[in-house]
Amino acid sequence: MASVELKNVTKVYDNQVVAVKEASLEIKDREFAVLVGPSGCGKSTLLRMIAGLEEISEGEILIDGKTVNDVPPKNRDIAMVFQNYALYPHMTVFDNMAFGLKLRHLPKTEIKQRVMEAAEILHIKDYLDRKPKALSGGQRQRVAVGRAIVRKPKVFLFDEPLSNLDAKLRVQMRIEINRLYNRLNTTMIYVTHDQVEAMTMGTKIVVLKDGVIQQVDSPLNLYNNPVNQFVAGFMGSPAMNFICGEIQQNGDVQFISELLKFEIPEPVLNKLKDYNRKSILLGVRPENVLLANSVSGDIYSVPQKIAVDVVEPIGNEIFLYFRDSKQNYCMRMPPEHIYACGDTIEVVLNLSKIYFFDSETGYRLA
Amino acid sequence: MSTLSRTKPMVGALRFGISYFFLVAVSLVFLTPLLWMISSSLQSLEGVFRVPFHWIPENLQWQNYRDAMTLIPFARYVLNTTVISIAIIAGGVFSSTLVAYGFSRFRFRGRDKLFGLCIATMMLPGQVTMIPLYVLFARLGWIDTYLPLIVPALFGSPFYIFLLRQFFLSIPYEYDEAALLDGASRFRIYWQIILPLARPAIATVVVFSFMGAWNDFFNPLIYINSFEKATLTLGLNSLKAQIIGAGQTQWHVLMAASVLVLIPNVLVFFLAQRQFIKGINVGGLRG
Repeated sequence: MASVELKNVTKVYDNQVVAVKEASLEIKDREFAVLVGPSGCGKSTLLRMIAGLEEISEGEILIDGKTVNDVPPKNRDIAMVFQNYALYPHMTVFDNMAFGLKLRHLPKTEIKQRVMEAAEILHIKDYLDRKPKALSGGQRQRVAVGRAIVRKPKVFLFDEPLSNLDAKLRVQMRIEINRLYNRLNTTMIYVTHDQVEAMTMGTKIVVLKDGVIQQVDSPLNLYNNPVNQFVAGFMGSPAMNFICGEIQQNGDVQFISELLKFEIPEPVLNKLKDYNRKSILLGVRPENVLLANSVSGDIYSVPQKIAVDVVEPIGNEIFLYFRDSKQNYCMRMPPEHIYACGDTIEVVLNLSKIYFFDSETGYRLA
Repeated sequence: MSTLSRTKPMVGALRFGISYFFLVAVSLVFLTPLLWMISSSLQSLEGVFRVPFHWIPENLQWQNYRDAMTLIPFARYVLNTTVISIAIIAGGVFSSTLVAYGFSRFRFRGRDKLFGLCIATMMLPGQVTMIPLYVLFARLGWIDTYLPLIVPALFGSPFYIFLLRQFFLSIPYEYDEAALLDGASRFRIYWQIILPLARPAIATVVVFSFMGAWNDFFNPLIYINSFEKATLTLGLNSLKAQIIGAGQTQWHVLMAASVLVLIPNVLVFFLAQRQFIKGINVGGLRG
């Protein structure tokens, strides 16, 4: 059990590629932090620096208040689950899990007890004598997790542990890791590129892009209050719609785009006053585009006729796609209605849940 | 349809037959000297030179084998050669794997140049270093000891280092990282993770260095002088020089001795072959 703190951590590789740029972050004791971002954003590098597998070019990493920059991995009291499991192929499941304990010279009875305990939790008791080769992907994953938990480390690190599993197993393991976190109550740092994993598992989410931390927040805050266009677009599936338009003041202030035109609501007006006649990005999540006849009230925009381009029935909901000359937009609907390609429908936006971003910097304005 | 389904297997069988015919023919070419040696080892001296050669001798001369083992101190030479071979294999495998581990797992300044230099030494013919080495070993007082045969092997061989390094590079680095986090030292990773995973490559090196050591004639010839310290190859040579009666080399006895010397080679090769096949498929990562 420990806190992990990063102070202006930078990683520059030998070929001058900057993988992580001045990352500062505090992960409290017993927190489940998820580092999320697209591939190449530096999330794995950050994790590997915490593990001690990668040197830190600049800055400081503290575990439990102590600087660990020069502490070798084995003395950091951390355990890591690798993306490809990295189980020792020539050892049985038992030996794989016991390896680290043997190296720490624990008494044999305790090693056995710890391995059995972990095997019990992970339901791999029947496979202890098998070699990794004889296990399925999901079973190997459990062994890899088991190898980490028998050590009872201060901090658990997970490097995209579920990305090699099929969709069904992934959901199952996600729940199990969540359960494990509740049971072990230890600091965990988890790397993923999957925003659903991030949202469902983390108590704190760290969004990275191009080696820079974009935002650190709880899952719902991140979803509801993204600081920039990247975070807004990355969290949520289907992704938030970004509509390029202009602010025009002709008496009242309006947002005008190819498909849409509505009056900008009072609360955000102030924040957009510098953007008169300038282009701006409107962000609206698919669930906040609604059928005009299903709602009424001040918070909705004026109904707008739009042609349906593509229909994606998921079962529990339907995604409808529209397009303008540049891109696609998505709306999320309850499954009651059946639509076909080319139908014209009337939609409104929930104006209490729209976002505005600077179209150049991507910063959130309102 | 019916013609298709009937001609296809026929064409397949024909192709199969032709390729086997050539394979058998070529292997017979390579086997002939070996078969001649085995056949001659069971003939009388006259039988060896009989024209046409009788591949299956009328009277099997098993006493050739007894003679081979008594005309020279055969058991003594087997022991000598075994001791030297084991020392060369053990030392060579240990040092070559260790060096290869270094080249494949550590990043240090000049590593690739050093590796290139190591490989470049393979281009030096043995004859070039023969005299300086002899002088060196003579000054060290190592002539007529096994040290000149064994000690050079303890420094690794560039070919084995190259072979092992390539194999080690194919072992994912995640194993090392997982072991580092488990608390293993670099040496322990080498010893408990890399070496067991590299068994097919090590088997290859063992076979090569065993054959090199067991069949080496040149080095024992220049460094070993004492009769009782000689190796099997020197023994075979002395057997060739043995003149009895007609002043002629006892070819039948020499062939019997040669068959005996050959047996361990064949055994080691077949034992190692199992390792080659077993080791090809290693799991543990995904997939």
